[in-house]
Amino acid sequence: MGGWTHLTSLCVPLWEADVDTDIIMPKQFLKSIHRTGFGDNAFDAWRYHDEGIPGVPKSQRTLNPDFVLNQDKYQESKILLAGPNFGCGSSREHAVWGLVEWGFQAIIAPSFGEIFENNASKNGLATLHQPEALVKAWCDQAIATDFTISVDLSEQTLTADGQTHSFAMNAIYLDRVVTGKDDIARVLEARQAVQDYEANRQEREPWVFSPIEV
Amino acid sequence: MPQTLFDKLWSRHIVKSYDDDTALIYIDRQLLHEVTSPQAFEGLRLKQRPLWNPKQQVAMPDHNVPTTPDRYTTISDPLAKAQLNALERNCQLHDVPYLPLQDSRQGIVHIVGPELGFTLPGMTLVCGDSHTSTHGALGCLAMGIGTSEVEQVLATQCLRLKKLRNFEVHFTGTLRSGVYAKDMILKTIREIGAAGGAGYAIEFTGAPIEAMSMEGRMTLCNMAIEAGARCGMVAVDETTLAYVKDRPFAPSGKAWDSAQAQWKSLRTDPGAHFDKRIEINVSDLRPQVSWGTSPDMVVDVNEPVPATGNSARALSYMNLQVGDSPGDFLLDHVFIGSCTNARIEDLREAAAQVRGRKVHSRIQQALVVPGSGTVKQQAESEGLHTIFEDAGFQWRESGCSMCIAMNPDRLNAGESCASTSNRNFEGRQGAGGRTHLVSPAMAARAAVEGHFVDISEEVV
Repeated sequence: MGGWTHLTSLCVPLWEADVDTDIIMPKQFLKSIHRTGFGDNAFDAWRYHDEGIPGVPKSQRTLNPDFVLNQDKYQESKILLAGPNFGCGSSREHAVWGLVEWGFQAIIAPSFGEIFENNASKNGLATLHQPEALVKAWCDQAIATDFTISVDLSEQTLTADGQTHSFAMNAIYLDRVVTGKDDIARVLEARQAVQDYEANRQEREPWVFSPIEV
Repeated sequence: MPQTLFDKLWSRHIVKSYDDDTALIYIDRQLLHEVTSPQAFEGLRLKQRPLWNPKQQVAMPDHNVPTTPDRYTTISDPLAKAQLNALERNCQLHDVPYLPLQDSRQGIVHIVGPELGFTLPGMTLVCGDSHTSTHGALGCLAMGIGTSEVEQVLATQCLRLKKLRNFEVHFTGTLRSGVYAKDMILKTIREIGAAGGAGYAIEFTGAPIEAMSMEGRMTLCNMAIEAGARCGMVAVDETTLAYVKDRPFAPSGKAWDSAQAQWKSLRTDPGAHFDKRIEINVSDLRPQVSWGTSPDMVVDVNEPVPATGNSARALSYMNLQVGDSPGDFLLDHVFIGSCTNARIEDLREAAAQVRGRKVHSRIQQALVVPGSGTVKQQAESEGLHTIFEDAGFQWRESGCSMCIAMNPDRLNAGESCASTSNRNFEGRQGAGGRTHLVSPAMAARAAVEGHFVDISEEVV
């Protein structure tokens, strides 16, 4: 996965508080053993009038024309404007896979569910915190007219309405999104440090390393 | 410098520190289940990466398994079956300890981990499930992770994490009868909000916690995530040690002596700094009932649904109006189960409300789903299953069941449920279903009364 630093896109407004990951990706779609195929089911219960059943293609579904993601003008949008505590609840990474597959690269919200935010960073999806009143105002503006935001991860700024706002992204998350590097490879580069830690711990707490046998 | 319990657990697991308040943290244990692990194993396969140490994991199916006895012969849902097969195949391939559906110890990962002594004080533990916070009740650092991190822990036993801040939820007073840990945590979430714990590890303290069983502590920590906190925890005391002793994977003999001596230090030092603190007196606490679609939308059993800023959508979804009281909520189903409330103590409390009575004709279905095979066997040895079945409840096999409704146990659109689970989100228990979160005793009593009543008014 490649990283990214700059992005300009029309924003999709979705101002609801506490949008949980059950809403973003309902449970019936978690029965997949694959990492792809979730894009058409992001926000399934809000996006379609009929109940979502795994394997039924979008062409056979009844779209809810009132749901924001179904508007033609947003089909290429890469930025979501969301309410506080976006992505709270379940740890399902499938929610992030669905949003990324839909095309989102950044979500701007007052706050996020913590596990969701961590999952997002693992998939190149940037989570940008901005004050609640500001995001709400942007959502109102985006509903009224086409509203575009430019994101610069290298400077940690975003530009909206000709004004530049800074954000402070968690250093780990920023690094993941910008570099797109594999965390596992990085830990394995520090293999010796992990083995040293284990040896030290083994002396004090040997039971931690007693092999589990069922 | 005095340290909090969280500070101690954090510092003891640092493999490597970075200069930005983050660290590479060693993960002692990982629990695996069928829904969030297939893509993790697939990722390892694609890069030809071995497991760091398969013997620090335990896997079992729980999320999508049917709870009817025919599950031991056939599972009709082909997608669920494929996930179960994948878990079994992956565990065999990588030599990961695995409890199949047929194993008498199988159950919900968060109930089985502590039962087996797989979860021990002083450890770090993760699972691809947000309710991993449950395990903090044993004085460990436990948190839910996504599938990419499941893969990372399988490959490295390490995660790079930003240090959490410390949040003390301090309880005072004495619970009246009919009020439980579940009511305490619902009250806490209501007080601090569904995001009030974000960025924090919550430690639950105070006399009501010291007096509480391990089952109750697990219920509290389980729902820390519903307040936005990835970790909930309780200090180690004699109750913890008595619970852990003689569990199958717990240390024994000399190792036990050494372990318990170390574990006794797993408590917050006097004078340690908390970044945030609240105090809740539980003496006047009444049974709590959720009315909305977020776990902070909660009222006392005798309190009307309030008018709040953003409740219109939730009221509409729940088909309720401002001013309705829990006693007026129409109920179609009762679900007693989940990693929040399906331990033996929960089933005893529920059975006490049901004994000699019948499920009300208004209730279409009342389910009891024990949290594990071990809980089920214990309950049956105490005759609890007979109490439930005589009353008209269905007594099922263990699993997550109607808490997440990935198996055949689910609500239909428009149906309401008194549920001992943890989430009242839209569609959580089935598309269009409506959930009211309560304690096991409240749910059981609602089953026989046909509606919610205040069980705390009675002197038992």
